[in-house]
Amino acid sequence: MFTPHTPQEIEEMVKVIGVDSIEDLFLKVPKEFRFPRLDLPEAMTEMEIASELKEISSANASTDDFISFLGAGAYHHYIPAAVDMILRRGEFYTAYTPYQPEISQGTLQAIFEFQSLMTELTGMDVSNASHYDGATAAAEAANLAYHFFRGKRRKILVSRAVNPQYRETIRTYMQGLGDVDVLGDEVGDESLSNDEYLLNMVDNDTALVMVQYPDFFGRIYDYTKLIDLAHAQGVLVAIVFNPTALGLIKPPGDFDADIAVGDGQPLGIPLSYGGPYLGIFTIKEKFVRKLAGRLVGETVDIDGQRAYVLTLTAREQHIRREKSTSNICTNQGLMALAATIYLSVLGKNGFKQVSNLCFQKAHYAAEQISALEGYELAFPDQPFFHEFVIKTPRPVNELNLHLQDHWILGGYDLSQDYPELENHMLIAVTEMISKEEIDEFVSVLSEVNHD
Amino acid sequence: MKTPKELRYAKTDEWIKVEGDEGTIGISDYAQDQLSDVVYVELMVEEDDEVSIGDILATVESVKAAADVNFPVSGTIIAINEDLADAPEVLNSDPYEAGWMVKIKLDDPSELDDLMDADGYEAYNQERE
Repeated sequence: MFTPHTPQEIEEMVKVIGVDSIEDLFLKVPKEFRFPRLDLPEAMTEMEIASELKEISSANASTDDFISFLGAGAYHHYIPAAVDMILRRGEFYTAYTPYQPEISQGTLQAIFEFQSLMTELTGMDVSNASHYDGATAAAEAANLAYHFFRGKRRKILVSRAVNPQYRETIRTYMQGLGDVDVLGDEVGDESLSNDEYLLNMVDNDTALVMVQYPDFFGRIYDYTKLIDLAHAQGVLVAIVFNPTALGLIKPPGDFDADIAVGDGQPLGIPLSYGGPYLGIFTIKEKFVRKLAGRLVGETVDIDGQRAYVLTLTAREQHIRREKSTSNICTNQGLMALAATIYLSVLGKNGFKQVSNLCFQKAHYAAEQISALEGYELAFPDQPFFHEFVIKTPRPVNELNLHLQDHWILGGYDLSQDYPELENHMLIAVTEMISKEEIDEFVSVLSEVNHD
Repeated sequence: MKTPKELRYAKTDEWIKVEGDEGTIGISDYAQDQLSDVVYVELMVEEDDEVSIGDILATVESVKAAADVNFPVSGTIIAINEDLADAPEVLNSDPYEAGWMVKIKLDDPSELDDLMDADGYEAYNQERE
């Protein structure tokens, strides 16, 4: 057991605060709750516990066992072995921005490299040191817009084609601000396509318009017009992006987006049952004073040598208190490092290749599936990246049960979040899936319809 | 510490210089000294805004703190010092001239009676030390 204090030290301390023992500090807690008897099983040896844990974990099915067509915000990509090897080095093995930052030059440099990679990827001016995940990064975008207008603009418009979990997180963050309305994602056929519906809602009380790219259904839209018209009313625009897609399609910075956020999980971070993931947060330079979270900058030390610092910290809560844009004073250090290693190991060309493989394989799968009797593309006219929606002849959960018998994880059942999309499956295809596996998926889907 | 005689001062460390029914507002030498090096000034109002006593005029960031500047009087904004965005350090070097923040048309000059004169403000600062 780890005991930080010796008995002598404890004795000294209790003497100073005027009690007889540590137990006296808990006298306020009713006696029957003070030292509850825990109903725990008999202690086991290490060997026994290892065997028990192994047995429990064998009840899980992972993407090692299944061919996975599940995406919807988290994607199964290949992770080069170097990512884990470097990540686990003791010098780097921390989840946080260091609390004594300047003595942790290596960690700061790694974060600086991460920020540089993110600005390169997105075409934006500034990246912070990261947030928890894509959902919280999206919520911070809403937060930034609200504070940019000093609370004077009270509408946040979020497309219905933005990840439902992100929209929920934005609402959770905004509820504390009281007078903010999160709108734009109402049920309806029109709200499922991005541009017109949102544009009609934009007015001079709108702080932010948020769209996703590719959107939750995998579709790719050109947001040039949306952004121009929003800017004409002084409204900020945030784009939620998938980093893998940016290996192939125009980055958010080229659309003149004000804020670009995304989940960095596809960049070398395992699915891990939903986390820890990585929130990417990038902006145009003019919003830097409103930026949430940590920011690492490069400078020179007293001898003129390159050095790294946490910069513009007066934005943050530990100095600005309740006037700060956000209460976030940390980052997702280890996951940011994973993304940094992943991108460095792949290089520009390798990354583009991953992106292209996803695109090509997804399009092959879409072609094959939509040719089946009873199956069709839900949005046949819209370009897509590595995810697409198929209208299915039977409920998605039924199909998925059949697919599981063939060691296939089917796509995401959209009716969970979109009542208007009963019998609609969101299918993701990454570089991890071979042509043969796609063909197998297609043949099971075909069989199921004829059962 | 400079405390020009012709100005009036608020307990929250703003000064106001009155000419006719117009006032110019900034922060005092004492305030800039307490804040230390100012790195950013964000003016929270625009021309033609109508403001009341206590409304937030600006947020000032220094290397060690962030502080609000409040309106010591009510009125309508007639000018703002746009140069502060690019040269926040003038708040340290010249708080009473180049460091002015806004010019305001006073609603009610009698509000000035609630502010301190230079002697009163100096005494107030000494009390706080």
